[in-house]
Amino acid sequence: MAEKFDLNEVEVWDGNYAASQALRQAQIDVVAAYPITPSTPIVENYGGYQANGYVDGEFVMVESEHAAMSGCIGAAAAGGRVATATSSQGFALMAEVLYQASGMRLPIVLTVVNRALASPLNVRGDHSDMYLGRDAGWINLDAFNSQEAYDLPLMAFKIGENLDVRLPVMVHQDGFTTSHKAQNVRPLEDEIAYNFIGKYVPVDDMLDFTRPVTHGAQTEEDWHYEHKAKQHKALMDSRSIIDDVFAEFKALTGREYKRVESYMMEDAEVAMVLLGSSVETAVLAAKQLREETGLKVGIIAPRCLRPFPYDLVRDELDRASLKAVVCMDKSAPGGAMGALFNEISAAAYTTAARPLISNYIYGLGGRDFAIDEAKRIMNEQKAHADAGHITTNIQQFSGVRGPKLGFFETRRS
Amino acid sequence: MSMTGSAGGTDKRGIRELGAEEKVGWDEVTQGVALNSFVGESENSAFIKPEDRVYNDFNSYTATVASWRIIKPVYNRDICIDCQNCWIWCPDTSIISRDKQMLGIDYDHCKGCGVCVEVCPTNPKSLLMFGETTDNDEALAGWPEKKKKEK
Repeated sequence: MAEKFDLNEVEVWDGNYAASQALRQAQIDVVAAYPITPSTPIVENYGGYQANGYVDGEFVMVESEHAAMSGCIGAAAAGGRVATATSSQGFALMAEVLYQASGMRLPIVLTVVNRALASPLNVRGDHSDMYLGRDAGWINLDAFNSQEAYDLPLMAFKIGENLDVRLPVMVHQDGFTTSHKAQNVRPLEDEIAYNFIGKYVPVDDMLDFTRPVTHGAQTEEDWHYEHKAKQHKALMDSRSIIDDVFAEFKALTGREYKRVESYMMEDAEVAMVLLGSSVETAVLAAKQLREETGLKVGIIAPRCLRPFPYDLVRDELDRASLKAVVCMDKSAPGGAMGALFNEISAAAYTTAARPLISNYIYGLGGRDFAIDEAKRIMNEQKAHADAGHITTNIQQFSGVRGPKLGFFETRRS
Repeated sequence: MSMTGSAGGTDKRGIRELGAEEKVGWDEVTQGVALNSFVGESENSAFIKPEDRVYNDFNSYTATVASWRIIKPVYNRDICIDCQNCWIWCPDTSIISRDKQMLGIDYDHCKGCGVCVEVCPTNPKSLLMFGETTDNDEALAGWPEKKKKEK
């Protein structure tokens, strides 16, 4: 039986430590991991808990991230609660097996500490790895600070393991700006946290010898399509269960989570959409602008990137007062508009309000995104709103040195 | 499935291929492509003969997986000495044998590799390869004579 870990009502934890504590409290059967910066401390701390008797489950040190996720898949198919952590290049190496985990409907929890992808090699935070995995069929939750990096993994187990969901869940947090920033965190006691998640209920587990089962079967054109359709339906339907788990967590802790977080949107004339730790920067900038100039700025932050909250994003955007929206993408767009821009625009297209929407690329490779820059971009939205069209390029780059970089303009006949 | 050693009129190839006889929609396929081997619980299945097990429709035992075969082994009971060599060597457990008596070929699973013929020690061989469309009775009627030892 695992030792109880004494916790204070308020702890000072960085995002990595917070995530590792949540994993410990979940009493996972198997963690198979290969540590990588900046997520290393999650695995390192977890190994410490295991060595010191705070965890009953197995900890498997493997030879690569591909092996880590493969080990997780094997253990999950065998019938255990399973989790791991990774970042960036490790996430990229996992990519192949991420699709196997979701297709096999195995509720693995992966804590991703977001970091840029090489080349050039970079250990700092941006959302390239998050974007790389967005079509892998996992539920994607995003933590903006340490408290959320603790809360969301607890909920991730409960969501993914729900028998009507049975899908793997990623919990993202920003490399360094969240993972290495110590903040006040209010943890739950071990027993309360574990009881919130509940006992793991295996499905089609290979260790049930009375019901032999094949996992990872091959299907060709005659069956593959049906399985992918069923998988997509499960992912789309998980929205209501995510809402239920968020509500249960609020009842337990008083901390409220929504699939789309929004701040000051009720009367907003312009809005900024973004992910990760930048959300808090943007909220501060919006508050300051409201005080300094009276510009009514609101912030929209998808907490749940997959299943994409098309429904709730549309609710946020469909406001008569809202004239201009800027989508902030913290990932090199690779020859397209930013992914967040594309998805938010698609949701906005079916609204009556149809606000102007433009795109900024920002913060690549950990480039700082500060309050002044957020305010400058918000003021630019006001100029679009007043002119009735986008007055700049539709896609621009924020905070990059050299001549102004941008692409495409509004078409006006 | 056919266990008589005859690939004649009961051939179901192309009909039961991997459960193709009931092509259900996306709402009925198994979650995560997990395929249970048997219907319900089945303890100690290793000690139950295949014909007595309640196989699941998605188990490849109940489906034909031999559509790619172009030559087939034909079995001649009159010559066979029940040595079990073919049963041991067959890579697809397609030699049907009970109580150490050879019964025939499982044509629903045999891929036509010819290993059974290769390892057959009798003279003439009790198993020979024929074209897939050759009638088994015709093949047996034209079975070769015993070969004299080469000096």
